[in-house]
Amino acid sequence: MDRLPRWADVVLVPLVSLILAGAISALVLLSIGQSPVEAFNVMVEGALGSAYGWGYTLYYTTSFIFTGLAVTVAFHAGLFNIGGEGQAQLGALGVALVCLSLDWPHWTLALAAATMGAAIFGAAWAAVPAYLQAKRGSHIVITTIMFNYIAAALLVYLLVDVLRPDGQMDPASARFPAGAALPTFSEIPGIRQLYAVMGPDGVQRINSRGEPMYTGVPANVTLFLALAMAVVVWAILWQTRLGYQIRAFGKSEAAARYAGINPVFIIMVAMLLSGALAGMMSVNNVMGEAGRLLQNSSEGAGFIGIAVALMGRNHPLGVVLAALLFGFLYQGGAELGLILQIPPEMRIVVQGLVILFTGALDMMVRMLLTRIFGLFRSQKLGAA
Amino acid sequence: MDYATLLQLLDSTLRLATPLLLACLAGLFSERSGIFDIGLEGKMLAAAMSSGAVAFLTGSVWLGLLAGIGASLIFAAIHGIASITFRGNQLISGVALNFLASGITVLIAQALFGQGGRTPPLEGAARFNPITLPFAESLQGVPLLGPLYFEVISGHSLLVYVALAMVPLSWWVLNRTRFGLRLRAVGENPAAVDTAGVSVVGLRFAAVAITGVLCGLAGAYMATALQAGFGREMTAGRGYIALAALIFAKWRPVAALWACLLFGFFQALALRPDVVQAVVQVKVPVPFLDALPYLLTVIVLAGFIGKAIPPRAGGEPYVKER
Repeated sequence: MDRLPRWADVVLVPLVSLILAGAISALVLLSIGQSPVEAFNVMVEGALGSAYGWGYTLYYTTSFIFTGLAVTVAFHAGLFNIGGEGQAQLGALGVALVCLSLDWPHWTLALAAATMGAAIFGAAWAAVPAYLQAKRGSHIVITTIMFNYIAAALLVYLLVDVLRPDGQMDPASARFPAGAALPTFSEIPGIRQLYAVMGPDGVQRINSRGEPMYTGVPANVTLFLALAMAVVVWAILWQTRLGYQIRAFGKSEAAARYAGINPVFIIMVAMLLSGALAGMMSVNNVMGEAGRLLQNSSEGAGFIGIAVALMGRNHPLGVVLAALLFGFLYQGGAELGLILQIPPEMRIVVQGLVILFTGALDMMVRMLLTRIFGLFRSQKLGAA
Repeated sequence: MDYATLLQLLDSTLRLATPLLLACLAGLFSERSGIFDIGLEGKMLAAAMSSGAVAFLTGSVWLGLLAGIGASLIFAAIHGIASITFRGNQLISGVALNFLASGITVLIAQALFGQGGRTPPLEGAARFNPITLPFAESLQGVPLLGPLYFEVISGHSLLVYVALAMVPLSWWVLNRTRFGLRLRAVGENPAAVDTAGVSVVGLRFAAVAITGVLCGLAGAYMATALQAGFGREMTAGRGYIALAALIFAKWRPVAALWACLLFGFFQALALRPDVVQAVVQVKVPVPFLDALPYLLTVIVLAGFIGKAIPPRAGGEPYVKER
């Protein structure tokens, strides 16, 4: 079989997969009596059509960068970590415990400490399945899924019986102190101008305290942390000895073992890194947005990491781009619910289709493209 | 705990073990042929929604059952095409189909009924109703065994007995028929089967189709017998627990029955916090009981299974020519 040129492999294969997933999604929309064109327009308008929309799109993107990187690191070690959801929930617990522990004087200190807390809790939740895989050969896919369910139950218990303040009805932790609030895009100088609330006279509105008003959006400084982590993951995987060992182990366990790479060590390190990244996602939603720990805080973002990693071809740059795509999909999907009353589960359908086409039917797309390229090549030969 | 409570527990054990058992046997056929299937969960969910919806619309549980099997077969076919024809990653395909099922069932149920992604409650002929086995009432007076027969063994819906009958049937098909021998061979050494002139692709598709039918039964049971209608995410991880049971049972039908009964018992315990409390003498938080089946799955996977050796060619696509 002919080989595809490298640019086609990197750009065209994911693009065609995406188009196929989009086409099937359109059919699904048609079958439930909605217009795909109208739905797409609503999504673009709602997610990308305004600074306000971008404020939500980038907020989702931030979470998905973390979970996408988490899946990517595990994938490179040949491990399929489906436990990002549970690890993110535990990370959220870590964030909440750190934020509630003292009255933080400045958000930078709180951010550093909460990031550590999230990473440690997320990594700890990944450690047990990792150990069982490394030492006892328990299938990591099944154990990580089980740990998702266990994490959900654990958080229900903690929020109802332990962390809930006296006299509060809903199962949630107390509000975090003001010093632990991260600056959102409506508060960062330079960016916030985009969110200025204008009066009818074209002059920025002033609130009751005499300060200029800005529209609140959830996107916050965690985005920059996420981008930094993408660089860190790239550096670890491609610039260090450890990264080389992880990738070698993922390509061929037997060869890596023969070269003196310790499988238990690699499985543990890769999963701990993966869990830490998934946990860090919760800095974005728990600390940056909610300001307290709620039930099911990660809202499926851990699972979206799988689609993001596959779409991004397991490269940090690809992950960032794919996370942006899914951020668009999520914010757009929310708008679909508001404007066209399409249930938000539409997003899960698209997510499943993207995983199917980019992950499992990869070969189909590749064969299709190879045939098309072969056609062009034979035409060229015919002309010469 | 008195005898009556024990019988109640065993009764719910059997009811809750049934979908696990059907899904577990479904996974058994697929994995024995060398195709991993994480997507049992999604197939069950799709079948539950279709059977619930069709049973409500037609008023016939049998048409519902057919629709459930049909939906499950469609998902099985996609998994087959991805993992057999296009030699894709079987784990990823399964995960993708689970997401697809999770989303699309709610979308369709919402579009059809507009009740927040569930089907309307089923009643009468739209459900599989309990069957009283012969002599169950007249033998009730026999000490110990009489109530056991009446409470635990009798009084379930048809699909429970079908599931139990599937155990010896699966054993017989796998171990006593030519098809079963070939199916097992294709999971261990597809090249040998190919050399003998038997189609690897054909056998694997047959196995995946059997998986589809059994998952269809499991899903239809969930929506039309265990509960009266479909609700979002109603399978709640049962497909994954069935996989764990399959590993626990070392890919053998009869052992699968015991494994599923064990997991069914865990689920039955989770429904009776009062009983658990009375036995262990400590107040047990309800979320802990909810997590119990999943927790025990991990413990089982971690320790007590001894060495579970999966089919040798499991998860590897077969390439005819090198």
